[in-house]
Order: sequence, then C-alpha cells, then structure tokens
Amino acid sequence: MTDSNQPNPGVRRTVVRSVAALVGMFAFAFALVPLYDVFCRVTGLNGKVDTTAQALVHEEVDDSRFVNVQFITRNGSGLPWNLEVETRQVRLHPGQTAEVDFAFHNASDEGTWGRAVPSVSPSSATRHLRKMSCFCFEEQHLKAGERLELPLVFQLARDLPADVNTVTLVYTLYPVTRDDPSLQARATAGKGDEA
Amino acid sequence: MAPKLPPHHPVEQSTSAVAGGNAAAHPEPPRGILRWLLTTNHKEIGSLYLIFSLIMFFIGGIFALVVRAELFQPGMSLIRPEFFNQMTTMHGLIMVFAAVMPAFTGLANWMIPLQIGAPDMALPRLNNFSFWLLPVAFILLLSTLLMPGGGPNFGWTFYAPLSTTYAPPSTTFFILSLHIAGISSILGAINIVATILNMRAPGMRMMDMPLFVWTWLITAFLLIAVMPVLAGVITMMLMDINFGTHFFNAAGGGDPVLFQHLFWFFGHPEVYIMILPAFGIVSAIIPTFARKPLFGYASMVYATASIAILSFLVWAHHMFVVGLPLAAELFFMYTTMLIAVPTGVKVFNWITTLFRGSISFEPPMLFALAFVVLFTIGGLSGVMLAIAPADFQYHDTYFVVAHFHYVLVPGAVFAIMAGVYYWLPKWTGHYPNVKLAQWHFWLSVVGVNLTFFPMHFSGLAGMPRRIPDYALQFADFNLVSSLGSFLFGASQLVFVAVVILCVRGGEKAPAKAWEGAVDLEWSVPSPAPLHTFETPPTFQRQQH
Repeated sequence: MTDSNQPNPGVRRTVVRSVAALVGMFAFAFALVPLYDVFCRVTGLNGKVDTTAQALVHEEVDDSRFVNVQFITRNGSGLPWNLEVETRQVRLHPGQTAEVDFAFHNASDEGTWGRAVPSVSPSSATRHLRKMSCFCFEEQHLKAGERLELPLVFQLARDLPADVNTVTLVYTLYPVTRDDPSLQARATAGKGDEA
Repeated sequence: MAPKLPPHHPVEQSTSAVAGGNAAAHPEPPRGILRWLLTTNHKEIGSLYLIFSLIMFFIGGIFALVVRAELFQPGMSLIRPEFFNQMTTMHGLIMVFAAVMPAFTGLANWMIPLQIGAPDMALPRLNNFSFWLLPVAFILLLSTLLMPGGGPNFGWTFYAPLSTTYAPPSTTFFILSLHIAGISSILGAINIVATILNMRAPGMRMMDMPLFVWTWLITAFLLIAVMPVLAGVITMMLMDINFGTHFFNAAGGGDPVLFQHLFWFFGHPEVYIMILPAFGIVSAIIPTFARKPLFGYASMVYATASIAILSFLVWAHHMFVVGLPLAAELFFMYTTMLIAVPTGVKVFNWITTLFRGSISFEPPMLFALAFVVLFTIGGLSGVMLAIAPADFQYHDTYFVVAHFHYVLVPGAVFAIMAGVYYWLPKWTGHYPNVKLAQWHFWLSVVGVNLTFFPMHFSGLAGMPRRIPDYALQFADFNLVSSLGSFLFGASQLVFVAVVILCVRGGEKAPAKAWEGAVDLEWSVPSPAPLHTFETPPTFQRQQH
C-alpha cells in the first residue's frame, strides 16, 4: 500500500532477475530429460543400450576366458503376448559372434503392436555389447494368435572389463499405442476406479 | 529439572501516539471479510499465513493420527489399506507444503520487514496473491479425498509410474494443486528476496542482518531454484497421464529412475527449505535468553550458504538402492557426509553461545533448546543413513521415518513454535501464559520422543514404512509410538489455547519484550502497529 505506486528500481531489477532464474530452472528441468538420456547412453549407466544396429567387428576371439550371457524375457503391463527365448544362457568368448532366436507369440484374438525394450546388466558391460541385429530395434505387429521368430545377433567386445563374467540381457514387452494416444489415459482412469 | 519462571519485565506502556503512526495518511481499510481478502499489509498477511498453517497442521495431524490408530496394533483393524495409503500421502503433502512452508513464510512476512526496518514487503499486492493461492491449492488437494478412486495414494514423493500409470484419476487435481502451491511459494520467495536486497534500513549491511533474515534470503534462493524443477516434474507427469507422452514410462522409451532423479533434485533442497529458517529462529532466541551475542555470526552465515550449495549435490542419497554405479554411490555418500560439517558448525555455535551465558528458561528458550538437542539426534541418524552400504538395510524402513520426523517435528515444528512464543508479545502486546506454555512444551517433548524414538528400533529391526500392517514382533514399539502420537497431537490443543488467550489478554508486554533481545523489531511498540518504519530507522550496529 505504501510504495507499490512508486516502483523501486532495485526491486524491479531483483524481480526481473528472479523471474529469469525461474524460467531458466523450469527449462533446465525439461532439458535434463534428454541430457539424462545422453548421459546414460554415453556412460552405459542404467542399462540403456543403443537401439540401432552396429557393424560386426572382426577381432581375434579371446579364448582365454568365457563369459556367460543370460537372457531374461518378461512382460510389462497390458500386452497379451509371450516372449520366449530358445536358450536361457549361452557361454562364449569375448569377440565371438552369437545368434539366439526369440519367439514372439500373440495369445489374444486381436492383432496388436508391441515392442521389447532392452536393458543390460551390469552397466559396465553396456558399452562393450554390440548388437548387429535385434528384434528390439523395431516395433512388431502380431496378428491374432500369430507366432514370430526373430533373431538376436550380438558380439561382446574383447575389451570387456575383466571383472565381468556374466552379462544379463533383459527384454521387457510393452504395448505400443498407435493412432490412439487416448488409449493410455482411458486405461489409467479405468484402473483408478477399481481402487 | 523444573524450568525457572521468567523474570518479571517492567511494563512499559506502548504509547498510542507512536503506535498509531501516521494512520491518517492511509485510507480506512475495508471491513469484514474483504479486509482480509484485500489486505496488502505484511503483518496481516503474515497472520493469515500463520493461521492457515496452524489449521493445516491440525488437518495433517489428524491424518497422521488415523495412520497411528491403524498401526496401534497388528492386523487390519480400522481402515482399508487403500485409505491408509491416502492418509500417509496426504499427511506428508499437507505437512510439507501446507503447514511447515507457509508457517515459515508467515513468520518471514511478519518479521523480515520489522527486522530490517522496512515499512512493508517490496511487493505488497503480490504478497496478497501469494497467500490466497494457498487456500485454493489445498482445498483442491483435500477435495481429492472425496473423488471417485480416492485421493493421492502413492506417498508424498509420488514416484512414477505409481503416480502416473497406476494412479487414481484424481491425480490430475493433485498436480494442479501442487502447481498452485508452487506458484505461491515462488512468488513469496521473490517478494522476500526483493525486500531483503532492496529495503534494508540505511546503514544496515548484509552482514548486519539478523540471522533469521539471512537464512530466509538463502531459503528464498533455494525456492526460486528448485520449485520450477518440481513444476517441471509434475508437468511431465501430467503429460504422461493425459497426453500420451512417455517421460517416465519404459514402454515408450522413458525411464522411471529419471523421475526419482528429477524429484530429488527438487526434494533435497526442499528439506533444507524446511530447516534453514528454523536455524535462523533458533539463532535469534538462544542469544536473547543466554544474554550473550551469538557466537560466530559470520560462520553461521557461511555455514547456511554452504548447506544450501551442498544441498544440490546430494540428491541421489535418497536413491542408493536404484542401482547406481559404485562411483556415484561414493560421490553422493561423501557429499552427504560433508553437510554434517556446516551443520556441526551451527550446533557448535549455539552451544558456545550458551556457554557461560546467563540462561533463563522462558517458553521460546525451552523450545529452542529442545530443538538443538532433538534436531541433532535427527542429524546424526541422517549421517547413519548417508552410509551407502548401511542404507541398503535402512532404506524404506521406519528408521528413515524416525530420522526425518526428528528433523521436521522437534526440528522445524519446534523452531516455528519457539518463534511464535518469542514474537507473540510483539504481535499481540501480551506475554503468552507461562504455565500453559510449559505444559505445552513438556507434553510435546514427551509426546514427540515417545512417538518417534521407538521407530529407530522398529526400523533397524526391519519394519517397512508405508505398510498398514506389520509383523507381530513390532507390536510393542508401535503401541508406544501410537500412544505418544496421541499425546503429542492432544498437547497441540494447549498451544492453540495459549495463542488464543494471548491474543485476548495477558500480562502486557513492553516494546522490548525480552530483556536480552537486540534486533530492530523490539524498537517498535508491542503490539506492533499496523504501519511501522514509515520513516526508516537509524540502524545501530552491534558488535558481533
């Protein structure tokens, strides 16, 4: 009431700077999303892997040691598919190339889109894993009851850290919502009502 | 050990001529409800904040008592688990955003202009707007409890995807209410920064400011830095829920762990937002009743600033178990432990101020002393939690609950109560009733320790938090906790009685209500007239 009619230039300056900081921090929060993604990909932290095909590197196989590569497949929420792998574990040398078949099966009577999201553990192995071909690079469409076999071709680089003896590749199935972004919102609302 | 009665203060009549100021220069304020809706006076807005906070403290407290009543004995006895989850969530949200934060903002509104010799806040109309956003935000938040599917039930930390994919439909309202509360905090913070930087009495340098002003200045910077991050996170949640984005949804290439990083990047500075002003209040009260200047004023300022800066570098200590690489675990473990250093400086300074002081135990001093002891217990359990390997055992157990309640209840809440007892004579012109205040203090101290101390043991023994039932071996600890919580809750009614009695009457307080008090607020009459320092006071520097 006393001085709002005669703005103090110092107050104006402080407010302008604070609002600038405010807008900056709000933008920073959103900038963190891609930054985090890039950070994880560069360092291989958090099990994030490149989802583009890499070239096969011909390097001498390091037959002085074996590495166990385990495969885990699981189903995220809401996709009536099964994902099976022909073998749960392979034993190979660094530098060696392996091919493993995965079988997708749509158990529902409706054609749907889905995808398998990859993850690698331990994260120190992430950067030394090269996938030449993987079903996880693309989204899949399965007709009702369809069964589809897709290969994973990969290689562990020779420079895989010596303390890594087991690498676990995890594939989680998720539905892909195409042409209907409201599907997820409705699914969410439906869940809440039951609670 | 019974506390001594306070010494009798010579009653100086506050002269109405001074108290009136030049009221003639101001138009008559509107009467009735409009006066409060339209007020731009920092003292009236401060009172509104404090009353709002007190009401919310009781609402949040009732939610806590519902939780404690369910946990009184093993088995599901009173409420359904879904409702239990809503109660724990709402208790946390209300206490953090609607009780503790507005209480500090209220104290800042009342006291910062008085302590720096300013006539009002820098932006009085904005001040009115900041306050009136709060009732809107929290009526909206509380109304979600009545919506189909219930209110928020995912914990006050609202981790995605629990708060997106699996959340009740009312979550959109929760997000909106948090947005409104966040805007209120940000506007309040801008106002406080603008006031402190531009409206100090002539001659008052930054290093002359009382510590309550300093701690609030630093808190306001923290608010400006992290509230937008919270706004960003909840906006992403909103988009994930309603617009089909996948920020936190692994199905679309998003990442739930990203949510935790973003949330705690806001959340850890947030916990210092809730404690730094408390440090300021205690740093005002202890020298007053020890009748000695505060030991190490400059080190207090630098310690506060260091805590604020470090608070941006420790967020992942809340997430030790998400699978961080070893290097990150070590980094966050060491930075977290580093915070114990400036905090230790503060505790050292308070104790050294007390050393060989002429201490008397008036109600504000009782609360301030309890703060120093009990906050330190909470700080030490925090250092235990900072040890990454040990945290794998403590994580999400009642040990964590004990830790943060020790720093927030006998920490932040006791400091707010100490501040209220300290400044009530200035606000009302009357001393609070000493006998009742002592009852309030002792019942609160016993209640708070009965409630939260056993949680250390149940937590170390493995009792998980946020679960409505527990294994039989935890029955005794929970029984004690529940009894203590009801004692603590009931004793807050005494606090309300003290405040109401103090507003209505009591021993008259002079301008300088406490013998050892030195700051500028004690140079205006008690009760402080509506308008003060319309001509800036001359600032007398005291030797620190």
